[in-house]
Formats: sequence, C-alpha cells, structure tokens
Amino acid sequence: MTPKEGQVRIPSGCAIAAVISREGNRMTGERIIEAMKPMHDRSNGLGGGFAAYGIYPEYRDFYALHFFFDSRDTRKTCEAYLKERFEIYKAERIPTRKLPQITDEPMIWRYFVAPLQSVLRDLQLDEKEFVVRTVMHINTSMKGAYIFSSGKNMGTFKAVGFPEDVGVYYRLDEYEGYAWTAHGRYPTNTPGWWGGAHPFTLLDYSVVHNGEISSYDANRRYIEMFGYKCTLQTDTEVITYILDYLIRRQELTLSEAASVIAAPFWSTIEGKTDLEDKRKHIYLRTLFPSLLITGPFSIVLGFDGGLMALNDRLKLRSMVVGEKDDKVFVASEEAAIRVMEPDAGNLYAPAGGEPVIIRVKEGAY
Amino acid sequence: MGVEYLTPEYEVIRNENRCIACGVCVRQCANEVHAFLEGTEKIISDDAKCVDCQRCVSLCPTHALKIVKNDCRLRENANWDNDTIREVYKQANSGGVLLSSMGNPKPLPVYWDKILINASQVTNPPIDPLREPMETRVFLGKRPQKVERGADGKLRCELLPMIELSMPIMFSAMSYGSISYNAHASLARAAQALGICYNTGEGGLHEDFYAYGDNTIVQVASGRFGVHENYLEAARAIEIKMGQGAKPGIGGHLPGSKIVGDVSRTRMIPEGSDAITPAPHHDIYPIEDLRQLVFSLKDATDYRKPVIVKVAAVHNIAAIASGIARSGADVIAIDGFRGGTGAAPTRIRDNVGIPIELALAAVDQRLRDEGIRNDVSLVVGGSVRSASDVVKAIALGADACYIATAALLALGCHLCRTCQSGKCNWGIATQRPDLVKRLNPDVGSERLVHLMDAWRHEIKELMGGMGINSVEALRGNRLMLRGVGLTEKELQILGIAHAGE
Repeated sequence: MTPKEGQVRIPSGCAIAAVISREGNRMTGERIIEAMKPMHDRSNGLGGGFAAYGIYPEYRDFYALHFFFDSRDTRKTCEAYLKERFEIYKAERIPTRKLPQITDEPMIWRYFVAPLQSVLRDLQLDEKEFVVRTVMHINTSMKGAYIFSSGKNMGTFKAVGFPEDVGVYYRLDEYEGYAWTAHGRYPTNTPGWWGGAHPFTLLDYSVVHNGEISSYDANRRYIEMFGYKCTLQTDTEVITYILDYLIRRQELTLSEAASVIAAPFWSTIEGKTDLEDKRKHIYLRTLFPSLLITGPFSIVLGFDGGLMALNDRLKLRSMVVGEKDDKVFVASEEAAIRVMEPDAGNLYAPAGGEPVIIRVKEGAY
Repeated sequence: MGVEYLTPEYEVIRNENRCIACGVCVRQCANEVHAFLEGTEKIISDDAKCVDCQRCVSLCPTHALKIVKNDCRLRENANWDNDTIREVYKQANSGGVLLSSMGNPKPLPVYWDKILINASQVTNPPIDPLREPMETRVFLGKRPQKVERGADGKLRCELLPMIELSMPIMFSAMSYGSISYNAHASLARAAQALGICYNTGEGGLHEDFYAYGDNTIVQVASGRFGVHENYLEAARAIEIKMGQGAKPGIGGHLPGSKIVGDVSRTRMIPEGSDAITPAPHHDIYPIEDLRQLVFSLKDATDYRKPVIVKVAAVHNIAAIASGIARSGADVIAIDGFRGGTGAAPTRIRDNVGIPIELALAAVDQRLRDEGIRNDVSLVVGGSVRSASDVVKAIALGADACYIATAALLALGCHLCRTCQSGKCNWGIATQRPDLVKRLNPDVGSERLVHLMDAWRHEIKELMGGMGINSVEALRGNRLMLRGVGLTEKELQILGIAHAGE
C-alpha cells in the first residue's frame, strides 16, 4: 500500500496567490478561485486549498477548529475530549458541494470553542498555548482525527484536487473575508489523504508555500524541541511552526522573523552602514542559526489583520506583488494578479529575503 | 640481552643499482637504521630499527629505497595472529605495558564510510558555489533561550561570548611537548590565516604564541600544566580536558627526556621531571564539581571566554553530555575512539571507547530531547579525515569538527605510529633540535592553509549539491544522509534512513 502523507516526505511544486484589502473590505472567495485558473499547470490535482480571514465575525471570540475525521466514532471520541477542555459554542458540518472532481472526502466539521478557564488555571497556560497543545495532541495521538485550522475569525479549506475545484467544493463564494490566500499543489507522490494540502495553519497563522526547502530536517529537529510535532513532513508545516515560534513565543516582529528565516548573507550584513541594523542581523543570525531556511521558497503568511509575502534569499521561486486601490495582490505569476484585478499597478518582484508586509488598518478587521 | 624472539616488522629494500651512497638516508634516520659499512662506501640497513616512517624513502634522490612489510611470517593462525604473538613476546621481554601512538588502527567499523550524502534533482535546484554565495561561518557557544527587548522595544542585541570560525573546523589539542615548537608555530599561524582556532593541548602556551591568542584555545587538563592567569586571558576560549578518545579513563605521561628547555618552562615543571597527567581531575569526582571548575574559570576571566568541556566518547556519552550541558559549559567536545595520541597504552587505545559517529548522533538527539541543545555547541573529533566526514558530522548534528591527525599529515606525518619514541624524523613529535628544524613553519602553515582551503571548497560543493547555501542549514539535517549496509539498530542510533528509503 502506498504510504500516506506524514509517513513519507513528499516534495511538491506549487502555485500561490493572495489578496488583501487594507481597508478591511470583505470580498467573497470567487476572486481568489479565479486567480488559480491561469496557474492550473502549476498544480497536478493532488492538492488545493484556501485560507480566509474575517469570515466568522459572529464567532470572533471563539477558536474555529476545522476537523477531518475518518469516522463517526473518531468524531465522538474527539468531541468527548474537547468537551473536557473547551466550551463548545457551536458544532456543525462544514458545508460542501458534491463535485465529481473531488472524491474520497473525509467527514469535515467545524467547532467554535473557548478554552475552559478552570483548565487553563490548572495547567498554568495562556489560551493560545493551550490551543496549540490541544492541536498537537489531537493531530499526533488521535488516529483518524486531524485539526487543519485553529484560529479565530479565520478558516482554512483544503482538499485533494485542483484548487479551483476545491474552492467550489467548499462553497467559498458564500464566505466573505478581508484577506484570502490560495494554494495549488504539485506533489511528486500521491498524498493519500487531505491533511497534506495547503494552507497549513496554527492558531491564526496560515502559510501557503511554493518550494522545497533544503534545510527541512535541520529546521524540523530544532523546532521539535519546543513542543511542535511535524506530523506531515511537509515544508509548509515546519515553516508555520517556525513562524509561530518566532512571532508568538519569541515575540519577534514580522520583519525580524523574516530576517531569521531568510537571513541576509554575512557579506551583506558586514557591508551594512546602519550599525544598529547590522547588530540586529548579527544577533538574529547568531541566535537562531537553525531556523535559517535554505532552498527555494515563496510563502504568504496570513495572520490576524494582515499578510506577509517572502522569498528565499536567493529568490529561487517566482513571486510578484501588485496593488489597486485598497487591495494588494501576491501571486506566483502576474497572470493570476491580472485575473483578480486587470488594472493592478505597481507590479514588482520582491527581492530574495525582502518581506512584503501588508496590514489592514487598525479597527477594520 | 638474550633472544627477543622478534623478527623485524619491516624490510628495507635498497636497489643497489640506483644507490649512489650519498648518505642522505644515514643522516635523515633518527632511528639509525642506515649506516655506512665501516671503511667502505657501502650503506647497510638494520631492518629491526625501522618504523616505516618513509623519511628516507621520501628524501632518497635516486628513489633507491622502499620499505615493505616483512613477509617472514609465523605459521598462519586465525586466532593467534602475527601481531598478537609479537605483543606477547614484547611483554615477556620487558614486563611492561605496551605503548602505541596515533589512533586505533584496528579494522572496526568506520561509520562515515557507511553514510552517503544527498543531492538535489528536479524538485529543488542544486546551487553552484562558483556563482552563488555559500556560507561556512559558524559561531560556537551558548545561545540565550529568549529574545530580550529594552524599554524602547528594540532588541537588546547582547550575546554571550562565542567562538567565531570561518569554517566549521578547528585544529584539535596537541600539547607543546608531545609535538614540537615548529609544529605549534605552523598550527597557530595557519589558524590565524584561516580564521579558525587551534588548541594548545595540556602543555601550556609558549610565550611566542601569545600573539595568536584570538585563534587559540587553551586547555586546562588534570595536570594543570602551564595554567596561569595570563594563559587563560590570552585565549579565545578555555577547554577543560576530561578525557581523550585515544585513551579514555587514563591520564598521560610525557617522559622527563622531553621536558627540556622551553617545554619545561612552558609547562611550569622542572627540567627532566616526568609530566604525569592524572587520570581524573582530582577536584572533579562527580558532575557538580565540574560545574565549579567551569565557573572558576569563567570567574577568573570575567565571563569573557567560552568554556569547552572535552570528553572521550564512552558508552554512556549521551547522559554525560547532558550533564555537562547543565554544568555551565558553552561547548562540548567529544573525542571518538579513533582519535590520535602522542602515546597511549595499546590495550586502551584499541579497546576502550566508542565510535564518534554513534556518540555524536546519540548526544545530539539526547540534547534535543531534553530541550537543551541550544545551551551548548557540539564539536566532534577522532577521527574526521576529510571534507565529506565533516559534512556528515555536521548533518548528524555537530556544530564543528576537531581535526588533528589530518593536520599532522599535512605537516608531513606518515602515520608510523611511533610518536612515543620522540624520534620523529618529520620534526613533529620530537623535541630534538636537529629533528625539529626539519619542519619549516612557513611551509607547514602554508600546507595547513592549503588543506583547509581544499576542504572548504569541497564542503561548499557538497552543500551546493544539496541545495544548501549555509552550513547552519546543514547542521542536524539528517534527512540529507542515508546509511548503506547498516543494521536497523545502527540506523536508529544514527537517526538516519537506509539508502533507498
């Protein structure tokens, strides 16, 4: 039998796209689905997915846990586990459309939950860390259950299939968000199930990624020291955990985190004339050498209130950025941006290691 | 002396048609193998004195000489082989412990040779080091657990003292006394030129070499030879030597005949007295004592020098290293059972300790399991023979490698493994002025720089092939390694998959 993703490491090529409104204006998923169509050949039908921000405003105080279950029994066991730890505000199937292109679907559920304060006090954990540990526990120890989205007022939707079909399948035209990211996957092997599709998420961080990182095992073995478990053996998974570690736990800013994972070359650092900036880069590279990511990647990190696009420091993968009015677009190819906004301007390809950070204006999300 | 029952191990073959009786071999051999037949122009050789160091062979202007293994053998016996029987004869003759030098020569597994390295194809591009930057710089030392910010929200960019190396290699400890002044001069100069470090070993630091302090690691061993305030102050880092791969569990013995002149002064012991290094540090019996010595040395140097603790790879190395990591050390150096030595009891050299590959893999994993891998850097040696060994060591989890035998080979060592005699014809493991001067430090340091330049190129090629452009991304990257012909257990300890998986 072919091994499932997680039992084997599967390299992939990919397409990514993203759109965000700096004003916090919400848009349906239709536009981002369209963006994936001209990049059809960058995927091979073995994985597609989307992350959407601002889609659950009525449940904004609850963590939205999106689950894949392999059976009703698994769901019941998992629900019992959740009930001991969380107040479950709402539990429901995630609505889908039947499509001939999308088959072998697992049971797909979502739970809007809030951690029980008594449990948090007992464990002496803050809320986010508690949710992270719950996700890690369920994904590593509960066979047949998998949480693929765990943030507030955001959600991930992914499947095995072409991204444009996956978007229709999940009825993304019925959601409205201020930011969307999308991913089409070109894995070299059959993933065997849906967990390995992108985006990969933890809390409100989501990552879509195009590339194959050569530093994978150095990164993985480092990050696993801090309680993360890389169950899928994918680059995107480890990049998500690295960013969570640097931004949430080490409290680095986005651009500082970018300077860790796509660190400038020593020769560049030495040439810096801004001494404070130079000191900062020496410090970050020396402190986190094992979180340097090498090999090709272009990623879009989604987070509560913004997006960050970043290329590896040699820029070994294509990525372009454009804008129009309140909207900023990012994609592997300009064609995808043109589909989303034919009149997009300021098109440029960010340099390797240069983060593009777009934030929604305060109070608008 | 009675019959010793020993036939010569080597045979000196002289091609009489080529020999011009120039006498180079006679003058070059400190073992006095070659001599003019009295009253003639004819040179004869005493095979019994030959150690196969190849000095005469290398310098003979007419290539008239070769040294071959003596094929006069005892009757074949798979259990009692020739060497075993010879050792019995030697001990029956002398009543002594057998002595040997350099690393374990026995045919035990060399795991480096059973590990293969990955390269990129299709899904990920290899990187050409001639076209793209390829970084080999490393920093050794303790890394803080948490980023700190000042009241203004800016990063407080304060790091603990670390050792910066232009490439992940250092010259390992070899004491002044066990090797010559010129050998030390070569190592110090090369280390400075390369931006790496060499290591004084336990024999103190000659005053001429204080100028190379930034590239010097000074050792504090159980004999405390040559240790004083200025010595510690001069160094880039301080290494506490708890053990050595070639002779775990025992100390050292530099005979009084080598404690002459500068060696005596540098070691701070009287001329002619034997330098006996105790097996333990007598102020370190349990692990908590180690912590006290680590902090004594830090106190003595105002916390400006990283402290390395060097141990031999022994059975329980993972737990030992984990204990050291919690003792304030900044770097742990682990020396495998193939590591070299100027002199060690043969039985210990050949039978005690474990391979560095397994020790490294076990230690790196244990420190990660305990979440303390960032508290220390890991340096491994004994023996690292080539750039590919270095790459494999780093991918298994080392921060850097110590090399010594390879460095001596660069200086001319021919690995005859008789350093203990003090008659090194290559001017390395000797204190005889006429022999020491054969090693020219200008040439020696240049050859060391060549060797390291060559390895750096090779490391870059191997990394580029894997699509990695910085050594940081290689460290602990075990997915880049595969085993061949290894058992499940060996693969499990190494933490790598088998080729084909």
